[in-house]
This record gives sequence, structure tokens and C-alpha cells, in this order.
Amino acid sequence: MNAKYEAVIGLEVHSQIKTDTKVFCNCSTDFHSQPNTNICPVCTGQPGVLPVLNKKAVELLVRTGLALECRINKKSVFARKQYFYPDLPKNYQISQYDLPFAEHGKLNISVDGGVKTIGITRIHLEEDAGKLVHDIGMKKLDYSLADYNRTGIPLMEIVSEPDMRTPQDAAAYLTALKSLIEYLETSDCNMEEGKFRCDANVSIRPVGQKEFGTKAELKNMNTISGVEEALVYEIQRQIEVVENGGKIVQETRTWDPDEKVTKSMRSKENAHDYRYFPDPDLVPVILDDDFINKIKKDIPELPEKRKQRLISECGLSQYDANVIISDKALADYYETALETASKQSDNSGKQIANWITTELLGKLNSAKLTIKESPVKAENLGTLVALIIKGTISGKIAKMVFEDMFNDGKDPDTVVKEKGLVQISDEGAIVAICKEAVAESPKIVEEYKAGKERAIGAIVGLVMKKSKGKANPQMVNKILIDLLKQ
Amino acid sequence: MKISKKDVDYVAALARLEFEQKEEEKLTEQLASILGYVDKIKEVDTSKIEPTSHGFSGENVWREDTVVKSSEQTIESIFKNAPAKDGMFFKVEKVMDMED
Amino acid sequence: MNEIIKMTATELAEKIKTKQLKSAEVVQAFIKRAKETDSKIKAYMEITEEYAMAQAKASDEKIASGKETGALEGVPIAIKDNILIKNLRMTASSKILENYIAPYDATVIEKLKNSGAVFVGKTNLDEFAMGSSTENSAFFTTKNPWDTERIPGGSSGGSASAVGAMTAPLALGTDTGGSIRQPASCCGIVGVKPTYGRVSRFGAVAFASSLDQIGPMSKTVEDSALLLNVIAGYDKKDSTSINKEVPDYVKNINKDLKGLKIGLPKEYFIDGLDTDVKKSIDETIKIYKSLGCDIVEISLPHTDYAIAVYYIICCSEASANLARYDGVRYGFRAECDNLSDEYKKSRGQGFGPEVKRRIMLGTYALSAGYYDAYYGKAQKVRTLIKQDFEKAYEKVDIIMTPSAPTPAFKIGEKSSDPLQMYLSDIFTISCNLAGVAGMSVPCGFSKEGIPLGMQLLSKYFDEEKMFNVAYKYQQATDFHKQFPRI
Repeated sequence: MNAKYEAVIGLEVHSQIKTDTKVFCNCSTDFHSQPNTNICPVCTGQPGVLPVLNKKAVELLVRTGLALECRINKKSVFARKQYFYPDLPKNYQISQYDLPFAEHGKLNISVDGGVKTIGITRIHLEEDAGKLVHDIGMKKLDYSLADYNRTGIPLMEIVSEPDMRTPQDAAAYLTALKSLIEYLETSDCNMEEGKFRCDANVSIRPVGQKEFGTKAELKNMNTISGVEEALVYEIQRQIEVVENGGKIVQETRTWDPDEKVTKSMRSKENAHDYRYFPDPDLVPVILDDDFINKIKKDIPELPEKRKQRLISECGLSQYDANVIISDKALADYYETALETASKQSDNSGKQIANWITTELLGKLNSAKLTIKESPVKAENLGTLVALIIKGTISGKIAKMVFEDMFNDGKDPDTVVKEKGLVQISDEGAIVAICKEAVAESPKIVEEYKAGKERAIGAIVGLVMKKSKGKANPQMVNKILIDLLKQ
Repeated sequence: MKISKKDVDYVAALARLEFEQKEEEKLTEQLASILGYVDKIKEVDTSKIEPTSHGFSGENVWREDTVVKSSEQTIESIFKNAPAKDGMFFKVEKVMDMED
Repeated sequence: MNEIIKMTATELAEKIKTKQLKSAEVVQAFIKRAKETDSKIKAYMEITEEYAMAQAKASDEKIASGKETGALEGVPIAIKDNILIKNLRMTASSKILENYIAPYDATVIEKLKNSGAVFVGKTNLDEFAMGSSTENSAFFTTKNPWDTERIPGGSSGGSASAVGAMTAPLALGTDTGGSIRQPASCCGIVGVKPTYGRVSRFGAVAFASSLDQIGPMSKTVEDSALLLNVIAGYDKKDSTSINKEVPDYVKNINKDLKGLKIGLPKEYFIDGLDTDVKKSIDETIKIYKSLGCDIVEISLPHTDYAIAVYYIICCSEASANLARYDGVRYGFRAECDNLSDEYKKSRGQGFGPEVKRRIMLGTYALSAGYYDAYYGKAQKVRTLIKQDFEKAYEKVDIIMTPSAPTPAFKIGEKSSDPLQMYLSDIFTISCNLAGVAGMSVPCGFSKEGIPLGMQLLSKYFDEEKMFNVAYKYQQATDFHKQFPRI
């Protein structure tokens, strides 16, 4: 970025609230249904229908609001936001205007080793619009097709303060927010299914200037890295416009992920006249302390706190802890493995983290599996690490075992038993193999005795080969030295 | 309150209503007369008055999160009213850049 | 004239239940009457003979087999054509819904079905219930059965005329600013607007959601009480319906009125009040005095602002409620080659002038920069109007006014000046703004023999008292026993 300018970025995230039914009718929210099968008179806006609020949607929004340290408003009201569009059956969206459920929160993000606090302006509840299809396969249609399955699915719109200054800030904010929401289980945050969408408001100003510049609203970024890329492009574009003596116009721009540019949609000079007014079909929601406290009690440990605990209690490095807490499912996996291992051995925390970061994640990644789909169950990884710590198998054997566990989904005890991989730690048995190996390697024995101590490695190798890798390597070493002294 | 042809055009565009020119001229006149009448509420001092949204109303009316699937018959009858459809979709003219 | 059509719903229900009359016979009698008179009266959008006869047959079978019967088993009722009956056409008297087939039952229809009522037809109204004369129907104007050159009132003019002409003993109307009471008054019948929230609005085409209520229309007070027994009550599909027990409105209908305080708001007895109307009210006062009631002058000081407040609120809400009629999912679609034109033309051609006028007014009032001056301000003045009533009810048990400032006017007399038409609603509007219950009861005839009505306004959820006060009056008079000559 040009050092003369700084960017001002605010984000609006629409996150689909994880309910079974839509926000104002009893239709299912199932993503995978056939088009127009999760519809009813209410969500298709038939004459005479009325909305009835889904309580769960309010509870989950409040849960999110509390985790983002928002103030939960005692009184909240729904408003109609009016605009015509064929994916919006009533031609108004039930949303919130001046009395949203939650306001004035914050979220800490980590950037460049430091911590920044991003303000949350508000979180409000609204209904999603339907889906318009413009092409079938490769064929572009000369008309549009409307599917109302998505119409009425509850969304929480989380609006940030314009507190971000770089695209990296924005990416860190989205990562932290997504992780937090996953921890809260208030949304699936599945970006591919459109369950976590982000629009960005961005402007630039000369460093040192207090007033904001004219902003552009960016849409159509479908991944966090897409948001980052779009912001990098847009900030550069705005700087170039200004440097060339031009003026930024307030407008909506769409990100083209193929061409990697933002394109003007339509000038927003005449800001939309949405004609908000309180929806007379719905009554106010009054949330008392009981309601809020009950939800507060149910909030699980959040990522930041969990990270600190993993560092202090399990001895993880900052890096490993960051990797593990970044995804709630992964952190849960880690803790389940640790619990299993702790029942059988001590001090397994670090080793489990190592196995996860160095072995498991790489394998999952190349197999395109999520942690939840891992063929190696958490309990089994815990047992595997315990087997190493107890000395039942060596680290080297453990890697073989892990391979089998990953490929066949077996538990480590079975693999070890089936393949007879239990480490041989019986002194008599090891002495016998060592004697055999010494007898078979007269030349090496001679070299060793002549002072070439490293030569012993070859005999160790032979012992391991004869024992099919199962002989306890420390014992082998010690016994051979004893034998060769004689 | 004066209302101009420009105002009427703007509001008609917002409301997605098309008028013939004569109709619009008459409407402009009528709206001016009605607005002139309703402006009388400005006389009332409401500085310390809370707004009323309903004559009578409760609060916290909500329902449990339980799926009720529409019957095939209901979905069929919703589709039957569609001016145009294509398979399982409602068919509309191509959506172009039409928002306000 | 067939004796059956002169009977009250209460009598018919009793005679059908006790097998003195068959429902089929009763329904047939009313339908025959409707077929004979409706070419002159034009109360019906559709006489649903086939549907009704099937229902009547089912009721008769139920009674014959000794199964449990409902309160209105086999009794005919006409339904205003802005209330949805599944699988029947529902037009709201608008071209935009000309061929719309209802995909579900309104809650009141479900309740009526459970009570055994038989739907003999859908009645005409001012398009989307916007009007006071049915002249705004897109299809035809209904005539007053007492004088076919006059309006039947509106918007529930079809229902009022149907009951007035004895083509149905009962009817449902909807009342947003007097649309049940004013036509009831014009046609010499009883019409009730229950307390806001008393009857579910689910399945009645929304006009102004914060004002609309469905209510009974009938020749006698007792019949309306009987009908309200069936349709009242909390509905989980309508968030604005109130969860409050429904008393038996018939049970205490004959209580003595001694000591009852009736308030006459001085603002309603203004210069220019029609002399016949004035005279009928004076006579009514005498009757109540003879029944032992105290007549008290009260003040509703903000009455003068009611019409202005009403038109701002109802048009604003309507502008959003009617946005869904766009020709995408149902209704009239003007075929165009682009969506923008399709919206404008479908709505421009599909709605009639009064509906468009109100949408325009409401859109204007909610558009950027005007909210506070119009909708916001109107809601505050509405508070004052509501407080006027609350204060008045500290002094009196019930309020009495004329239902309309003049008898039914001639067709075409006011249709060219919308504002003059609006002003004719002056006595009925405050009731909807405050949310209290109101009803019109026949109380005399003009010199020309046109029926006149008095309006009773009760406290919130005090319909029981209101019916009592109205019933005692009907016991003392015989205006409800007069029949028009058609």
C-alpha cells in the first residue's frame, strides 16, 4: 500500500443462524432439499399470511451477541425493509432498524503478533431472501428462475465498526469471528453454502486525516481470502483514482474472483430508500435478565480462553495452541485424544499436539477430509500416544501403526496385536538376538574393537531387522555395548 | 405540503406503479389535497408522547423451532397460481440491474 | 317470502340441530333468494352453491347420525371476499387477484368449518377493503337493498347487503376504519368490530395490519354474539392476536342495564350532522334512559385528528402490505420483456385508482426524510387518541355515537373526491386507532326510508358488555325486524 494513505474498513457479515425452521414459519432450513419444497403460504408471501417468530433464532443471536460482549437490548422491534426483487416474496424483508437485539460489542483479533480490538456496532435478526437461478449448467437462460427454499431462513447481520485498517485486519477479523461462531454453534459458517457471507465497506484517506473518505461497498466475496484479495485490489484502485486527481464515488462494487478485480454495479448516489417502519404484524420482544442469564450460562469456553488454558495446562507452544484452537472441532478432537491418553499415561499433551500438527492435518488435507471426517478417531490417537509413552511401541513403529489407522480406521491396539508389533523389552530375548547378530558380523565387530565406535550402528540395524523393528532400541544399544566389551 | 410531479414520479418508481399521464396529473392534485388535509397533525404537540404501534398488543410472541412440512397439495396449490413456472421453479423475466 | 330466510341464525341453528329443519333445505332457501335478488343487489362475487350444498349435506348427515355438532351446524354464512377459503377463488375485488385460488384456510374459516357453518358465497368489497361504498370494487358496485340507487356502504358492502337482503343470515366482514360498522349501518343490520387482537387476522388479506379486524354481521345482536363466540380467540399463527379467554357472548346478553353509564362524546355531535341521524340518536338516548341508563357527556379531544392519523397509518402499512402483488408468484402479470416494466405495468394495470392512490400516499409518507413528519408523528397522535378513550372509560361503561354522519348516499355522489369520501368515516375511525371494540346497531330510518345506525364503543375486550347493551336496545325496538322490499 502507498504509505501516504491508510484504508478504513468495516465489515457486514451475514451468518445463517442454525435453526431447524425458518425465522417466521415452520418450513425446514435444510440446504439440500429439492427447489421449492421447503415452502409454505407464509414464506411465499401469499395474501393474508402472518409471521410468527422462531424463539430459537433469538436465543442463538443473543448467545452470539453475549460472546461478542454486546449489550442486549431490553426491547427489540422488527422493521420492514422495502425493496422490490423477485427473490423477496413480500417485496419487503423483515429485519430490524433502530432497535436491534444486540449493540456495542467487540472482538479481539491477532495480527502480526499483536492484538487489535474491533468494535461490533450491532447484530440484528433478519430473514434471508430466496435464490435466483440464471443458468442451467452451461446454458444461460433468457429468464430467471426463483427458488424460495432459502426465503425466510434466519440470518444474523453482524456489523463491525470501521476499525480495520488493512486487508489482513479484515481477514483476521473474519477468521476470529467465524471461529467464535463455530465455538458457539450458532451458525455452521459454511461459506460455500452461503451460510457465512461478507460485504465490506472500504475507503481511503491520507494518513493523519480524521474524516473518512467516500466509501465503496464490496460484494460477492465467497471466501475469507477472497475478501482479503478484493480489499487489496480495491484499496489500490482507490489510491490510484485519487493520485490521478480523480474522486471516489459512493457505489456498490462486485468482486470478480476470476479476473481478480472489483467492478462497479450501480452508483449509490441515490442511496436506497428502503422505507423502514416497524412491522405491524409482529410485537416487540422484551428480553429480561432471566432470559439473558440463562443463555449466558450456556456459553461454552471461547477460543481465546481455551488457547490460554492449552498453553498453561497442556504445555503447548503458542503456535500449536493457535493451530488447535482455530477450529473448534479440532480443539475438541485434541482434548478428546488427550483425555484418553491421560487415562493411560502422563504428559501426553505436547506429543498429541505434535501428532496432530505434523501427521494428521497433512494427511487429512491431502485426502480433502475435515477433522470431523478423520478416519483416525481422537480416542485412538490418544491411545497411540499413550502406547509410545508407556514404551509398548517405539515412535518409529507408531508411525507405521498410524498409517494403518488412517487407511483402515482401525484402533492402535488392534493394529499392534494383528501385526505383532509390541516392542520386545525382554532382556533375555534381546540378548539372544544380539548374540546372533554379533556372531554374524565379525568384520564389524573387529572395526568396533579397533576403535571405530560408530560401527555399532550396523549391528543395531541388524538386530532391529531380525526383531522386525520390535526390539526396544535403547536396550539393544546397551546390551550390544556390554556384549562387545567382553 | 406541496407535492410536485417530480415527487410523484419518484414515489411511483419506488412503489413500482405506472400511470398514464392524465392519471398522474389527477393523482398529483388529489395527493396534494389529501396531504394538505393530513398536515393538520403537525399542530399537535407530541414532544413527550411515545408512539403507539397497535391499539392493543402483547409482547414476546414466539414459537418453538419445530419443522412442519407443507403437504404436497399445499405446494401444488401455491404453484397453481403461478403466472409462469418451469419445473420446480417460478419463472420471471430476467433479473437485470433493476434495484432502485 | 320463504319463512326460513326471515329467521335468525340462532333460530336456524336450533331448528337444524333439533331436526326441525334440514341444513340442505335452509341453504337452498337462501341460495334461491340470492339467485333471485342478486342480479339487482350484486352482493356476491360468487355464490358457492356446490360448495355449500356439499357442506350442508355433511351437516345433515352428522346430525342424522347423532354425532356431536358445532354451534353453527348447517347455518349459512357469506364471507367477504378478502378472506381465504381453501380451494375457492379469492379476489379481494381486485383485478390483480382475479384468478387467485386460495391455497389455505383463514383461521376464522377453520373455526367456522369446525362449527359446522356453511359458506354460501364470497361477497363484494371495495378493492382490498379500501373504500366506503364498494364503488372501488374492480368488478361491480353493490347496491343498497333498501334503495338500489344508494351505496351499501363499504368496504364490507357485499356482506352487509347480503344480510340486509336476506340472502344469508350471517356474514363476515373486515373492519380497518369502519368497514363493518358503516355498511351495517347503511343496510340496517348489526356489524361488530371486535377489540384488536380478539379475532385472528390470519387469512384475511392485510390492508393495514395494526388496524384490521375480522368481525360478525347479522340482523340481530344475538346472532353476532353467537358468531363471535365461534371466531374469537388466540391464534398461534397471528402474533397480534391476544391470548385471553373468550367468554360466552350470548350468556349474559340479557342482563339489566340499570345504572349503566353511557358516554356521548361531544366532538361527535357537531354541526352538519344529518337531522335524521341526530333525531335517531335522540330517540335512542330516550330508550336507554328508559332502560335505567345514565347518559353522560364526555370528551374525546383528539377526534379531529383521527382521519389524518388514520390515513397516514393505513396508507403507510398498505403500501408495504400490497407490495407482494407483483405478478411473480401469483396474480395478474402484464407480460413485458423485462422485469422492471413487468412490475410497473402489472401493478399499474392490476390495481384500481383508490388502491394506487393509497399506495402512493403511504409510500410518500414512509420515503426518506418524511417518516418523522408522517408515520412517526401519526403514531404519536395515535397514542393521544388511545389515551382519550382510556380517560373516557374511567367515567363511563360504554360510548355511543352515530355510526355515520349521513344515511347511505347515492352511488356516484362522492366517488370523484377521495377526501370527501374519507371524511365520511369520521365516526368509525378512532375505534380502530385506539383498538377498542365497536359495533353498529340499526336505530331508525331516514325520511327516505334508509336505515340508520348507532355505534357502541366498548372498553378493550368488553364485547360482552357491548352485546348486552345492544341486545337490550333491540329488545326495546323493532328496527331489526324490518325487511327491505326487493
